[in-house]
Amino acid sequence: MTELPVLFPAYPEIFLAIAIMALMMIGAYSKAENTLGAVSALTQVSFVVTAGLVLFVVGGATQLAMNDLFIVDQFAVYMKLLILLASLLAVTMSNGFIRREGMAKFEYPILIAFATLGMMMMVSANDLMSLYIGLELQSLSLYVMAAFQRDNSRSTEAGLKYFVLGALSSGMLLYGMSMVYGFAGSTQFNALANAFTADTGAHMGVIVGLIFMVAGLAFKISAVPFHMWTPDVYEGAPTPVTAFFAVAPKVAAMALLIRVLVGPFGGLVAEWSQVIVVLSILSMFIGSFAAIAQSNIKRLMAYSSIGHIGFALIGLAAGTEGGVEAVLIYLAIYLVMNIGTFACILNMKVGGRMVENISDLAGLSKNNPVMAMLIMVFMFSMAGIPPMAGFMSKLFVFKAAIDAGLIALTVIGAVTSVVSAFYYLRVIKVMYFDDPAEKLDSVESGAMKLILAVTGIVTATMIFYMPVVTDPAIKAASSLFGG
Amino acid sequence: MLDQLLSEYFPILVFLGIAIGLCVVMILGSMIVARQKPDPEKLSAYECGFEAFDDARTRFDVRFYLVTLLFIIFDLEVAFLFPWAVSLGNIGLFGFWSMVIFLVILTIGFAYEWKKGALEWE
Amino acid sequence: MIQTLVFYMFAIITIACGFMVITARNPVHSVLFLILAFFNAAGLFLLQGAEFISMILVIVYVGAVAVLFLFVVMMLDVNLNEMRRGFVKYLPIGLAVGAVLLVELFTIFTAWVVEPAVISVNAATATPAASEVHNTEALGNLIYTHYVYLFMGSGMVLLLAMVGAIVLTLRSRDGVKKQRIMDQIARPASEEVELVKVSSGGGI
Repeated sequence: MTELPVLFPAYPEIFLAIAIMALMMIGAYSKAENTLGAVSALTQVSFVVTAGLVLFVVGGATQLAMNDLFIVDQFAVYMKLLILLASLLAVTMSNGFIRREGMAKFEYPILIAFATLGMMMMVSANDLMSLYIGLELQSLSLYVMAAFQRDNSRSTEAGLKYFVLGALSSGMLLYGMSMVYGFAGSTQFNALANAFTADTGAHMGVIVGLIFMVAGLAFKISAVPFHMWTPDVYEGAPTPVTAFFAVAPKVAAMALLIRVLVGPFGGLVAEWSQVIVVLSILSMFIGSFAAIAQSNIKRLMAYSSIGHIGFALIGLAAGTEGGVEAVLIYLAIYLVMNIGTFACILNMKVGGRMVENISDLAGLSKNNPVMAMLIMVFMFSMAGIPPMAGFMSKLFVFKAAIDAGLIALTVIGAVTSVVSAFYYLRVIKVMYFDDPAEKLDSVESGAMKLILAVTGIVTATMIFYMPVVTDPAIKAASSLFGG
Repeated sequence: MLDQLLSEYFPILVFLGIAIGLCVVMILGSMIVARQKPDPEKLSAYECGFEAFDDARTRFDVRFYLVTLLFIIFDLEVAFLFPWAVSLGNIGLFGFWSMVIFLVILTIGFAYEWKKGALEWE
Repeated sequence: MIQTLVFYMFAIITIACGFMVITARNPVHSVLFLILAFFNAAGLFLLQGAEFISMILVIVYVGAVAVLFLFVVMMLDVNLNEMRRGFVKYLPIGLAVGAVLLVELFTIFTAWVVEPAVISVNAATATPAASEVHNTEALGNLIYTHYVYLFMGSGMVLLLAMVGAIVLTLRSRDGVKKQRIMDQIARPASEEVELVKVSSGGGI
């Protein structure tokens, strides 16, 4: 009873937790002038060290820890590295904005670190309870971050909306979990996977519980019809927070959805894949048609992310190893494109004041040709136009779906992809063919320039070195399918 | 076992019964025995002989909310201590230290809020 | 016999209170009914033998959460008549959702089967028989050792809650005069007192 559980695979999480507490103490007790700068830098260092530990603890094989509540496999490692990268870049990109907009409190990077810890716990969950704890840790810090600009009514409104709907989705998730537990007698993923095999099938109650859980998780990835919060929250939250929301939590929640559906409920693929197909089709439709009418670029990005989640779900709907692999590739490319786009949005300033309407970009090609070129690269990539990275990600997903026989879904995907190209191209048209609006300020910090350059180049040239992403994705997907 | 457990709570049930019964008797008693002749003057709110100035419900300062929230957090922390104290004999040193680490985590939070001045009223 | 009667008493009062929470005109009354509902739910838990949860419900929910609700109701100063306007309009949808949940609960209780395969797998953490170990003790035996990961995770969630509450609500006010005893004691004479040589007849 008193022996110590296996801790080794959880070292990155333990380190990050200790680092967070140390940073809180440094932030609260430091007498330095620039506490925020010091805490930000240290947070970035902790992310890098955590990433190193993630790579260090992974053996070839899947490891269980903490009395089987925690799992580390190639899938978890892949996802954790993506999440840590996104969080690191989010802290870097926020630096200028939070100082300008009166959000310069040292808690900001600490909240990102809390959210990152929660996301890492989510992707490593091997039990419904550890899944929930991780998810709550992540969500709670995101609610606070959305309302971080507390004197701004739009920001507090975003925080409140996000909180109410997020709490509702957590409730649905818990309801589903309790049903699954009631019928299966366990919350542990391996035990659940043994209980629900394809031949025995599952009781109706389990299916109901499963659907509730999927609904709860669909809120978190903002798949239609659980997307209502996304545009408002994206628009209202401070822009660097939106940049963070659009990337890391999406990736983590998607990872969680894959982990839950493929792991414990892998035997019930026939039951859940139809739900995923519906979510996917609706997300692609709303993501492409509703975005057409948007004039605010943050709202546009919200609908764009809904659409992207729809495309990623195509891969999951296939329910095959190839499908999951395609989703993983999709998420990695989505991360790079979105970070780049939000880095551009964060630099949309006129005379030091943030602007966020698409019309503010008018004539950018004349005022700032480099930036216009970058935005064009990202927009082409999001639209899935070759040879950009976004084209490759869509290709992999469609291929997996066709292999799994989901022809209709692929056709719908292709059609909505064309529709969505319309509004991405509209941004480019505004930049290149409209009369110049007020001149945007030039990019201020070196770190921001570096992020812009690297993400832009990677997005444009990814096609030449796809194996950098595909090889780990293949390994990660096969670890999930017990290969 | 369940019956035994519940029988331990029997006095509370009796107590509850007496409390509810007494309330009902007193309220009903006054309704039946006393004379009821309400008029507007009798029914008006009484405040030192004046009419009530305004609504009793005014906006509370957000600081009350902060205090309650911090109280809830420490209340939950204390809730974790009860089962720990009960089963400390079974869980041994490991159980003991896991609680100590838990308390350290929350003490860090306490030190943080102390330094931020959240515990001061100003 | 008594147990059944008490169960029905608690259950009926809980449902009645739940109904009153959403129909009471005055939001403060709603909160008070909510407190009564919490008490009765605690009684229901007790009848199931879940002594610990029942007591926690009283300590945490009645003692702390209900107070928070009261503060929030007071802070927001909501005009419920405004909010109630949509009530009739949304009633059918609400009833439909309720009916769906009811049907689901019904499905569960008419078809309660625990998969036999799982019980053997999960024997390590299976619930001990109620006759062997006390409810609170059974929880204590698991939370701090077997589920130490979740225990620490909840510690982090609580820590985050503190940070969040402070970030969102704490504001330092300007112009508050207050006594800082330490500052007063630590004040060196050299900084505060100036010795001036006054020449005779000159003044300062």
